[in-house]
Amino acid sequence: MSTTLVDSPAPPRQEIRHRRRPPYLPWLLLSATMILLGVLTGYPVLRLVVMSFQEYERAQLMGQPAAWVGLDNYAEVLTDVEGFWVVLGRSFLLMVFLVVTTLVLGMLVALLMMRVGKALRLLVSVGLLLAWAMPALSATTVWGWVFDTQYGVVNNLLTRITGDDWFGHSWLLNPLSFFLILSFIVVWGAVPFVAFTLYAGLTQIPEEVMEAAQLDGASAFQRFRLIQVPYVRSIITVLVVLSMIWDLKLFTQVFVLQDIGGDRELTNTIGVYIYQTGMAQGHYGLASAVGVIFVAVMLAIAYPYVRRTLREEEL
Amino acid sequence: MIKVRRRLADTGFGALAVAVFVFSAFPVYWMVNTSFLPNNKVRGRDLAFFPTPDVFTLNNYRSAMFGEARAPFPPAVLNSIGVTFLTLVIALLVGFVAALALTRFQFKGRRTFIVLILVVQMIPGEAMIISVFRIIDGWQLLNTIIGLTLVYAAGVLPFTIWTLRGFVNGVPKELEEAAMIDGCSRAGAFWRVTFPLLAPGLVATGVFAFLQAWNEFVTALVVMQRPEAMTLPLWLRTFLQATQATNWGAVMAGSVLIAIPAVIFFLIVQGRMTGGLVSGAGKG
Repeated sequence: MSTTLVDSPAPPRQEIRHRRRPPYLPWLLLSATMILLGVLTGYPVLRLVVMSFQEYERAQLMGQPAAWVGLDNYAEVLTDVEGFWVVLGRSFLLMVFLVVTTLVLGMLVALLMMRVGKALRLLVSVGLLLAWAMPALSATTVWGWVFDTQYGVVNNLLTRITGDDWFGHSWLLNPLSFFLILSFIVVWGAVPFVAFTLYAGLTQIPEEVMEAAQLDGASAFQRFRLIQVPYVRSIITVLVVLSMIWDLKLFTQVFVLQDIGGDRELTNTIGVYIYQTGMAQGHYGLASAVGVIFVAVMLAIAYPYVRRTLREEEL
Repeated sequence: MIKVRRRLADTGFGALAVAVFVFSAFPVYWMVNTSFLPNNKVRGRDLAFFPTPDVFTLNNYRSAMFGEARAPFPPAVLNSIGVTFLTLVIALLVGFVAALALTRFQFKGRRTFIVLILVVQMIPGEAMIISVFRIIDGWQLLNTIIGLTLVYAAGVLPFTIWTLRGFVNGVPKELEEAAMIDGCSRAGAFWRVTFPLLAPGLVATGVFAFLQAWNEFVTALVVMQRPEAMTLPLWLRTFLQATQATNWGAVMAGSVLIAIPAVIFFLIVQGRMTGGLVSGAGKG
């Protein structure tokens, strides 16, 4: 953990003040953090990398020594087109769809909140807060119930409206409609954060600017494209990166929806795939290799966000 | 003409706002509604939109809490409360002193440490389940509150430090220095002046740790497999695994039980959730 970066010297007045403090004091204060993160984050990362180079199956769990197999696990994962690549592609497609839908809907809701009066804005806020506050698990079970094959509200209403018999229509068996329901759950829970954040950003735009544009004859769409979007561009960037990270990590919603009635094989996303390969099937070495790849992908996605944050914090 | 168009637009946007509210709130309302309905209404062809007094029942809650078919409820509540409470305490205590070190001291390696704290947050816990399982197993801590708490505490700690650091930075050093000129010791100045100003920050960060631990699913799934070691989310999942048809009334009752503390705590701090991002982004 060595560094070539030295903090800029503190102003002299402070140096006098600081001189009497023992130099090890900050490290003493950080010791508990270093132990906790070292043992429960650093060590697991290291162990994950080590296991990804080992043959680690149920037998090794029982105490048999794990043999080193070099890059065999990675080779097996990366040549597994039907398994790993399909899951990875599926996760990315889903992520892109979720990020775009969440951001577009979030922006529309934020604009709506700008447009309507105080009372209606409060109403929208209350609804959004409720959706936001719901734990992912509760949200998943409720949506599962709303789309239930036999007694769900959706099938009930569809039967009434269309006149066809929707009772018994399973939404989760078909992978495509499984992901539709999944998207409902995720987007429903994610839009509030995006909408509130964008709304907060939009309210920072000075009213005079918008008014001047209006007097100059800019249409509502032009004002949106030429003033509002540029103004909240940096917020949008952060929201996109955060949403990408959250939507790629998706686990609870996918896993529990599969419990309710999906085909696990056809609906796995990367996190659930790691669980299935490792915990359910006992291929710990293979799952570790997937895990290492997953960590690398996430860090690559997060890189611009990390850099931006550090720049902003002036570190 | 313009006036009429404007009024029409107002009505349209008003209707949209109501639609957004209905769509957002409906699942929550439906969860609560179903949880109070008897089975023959839950499984009826007619939709029951309100648990009217003649059908209102607490049976679903009774069944969720004391039904035989699933993991036991009392240990699940105790496990969840224990893990959540311990996670919160550890994260706040450890995170607070770390935040102090990173804000009120200048030392070599400070910047590296802060960068690490930020990067560590980007490592997905979902990727780590295999090695975390092996390590906790190796320490003989599977199915124990201590094992799960340690993983959770390490998980929320980076965010805790990061956020608290922001709050401590928000309290000007000059306030402390003024108190010291008035005769306070450095520690005294800190406890009497800075600490009270940090209270809202500690509450907000504590609630975040609470929500993380209370709602966490995947690590618990791996580490707490025994029925009596399960936390509430795992307990609720056992409702859905039953081989017979899902008892949706009981599932909704269970969902309500899990959601209530989360929603209450969330509403306490929601105002702070977006503020930071916006004020930070304004600079860029």
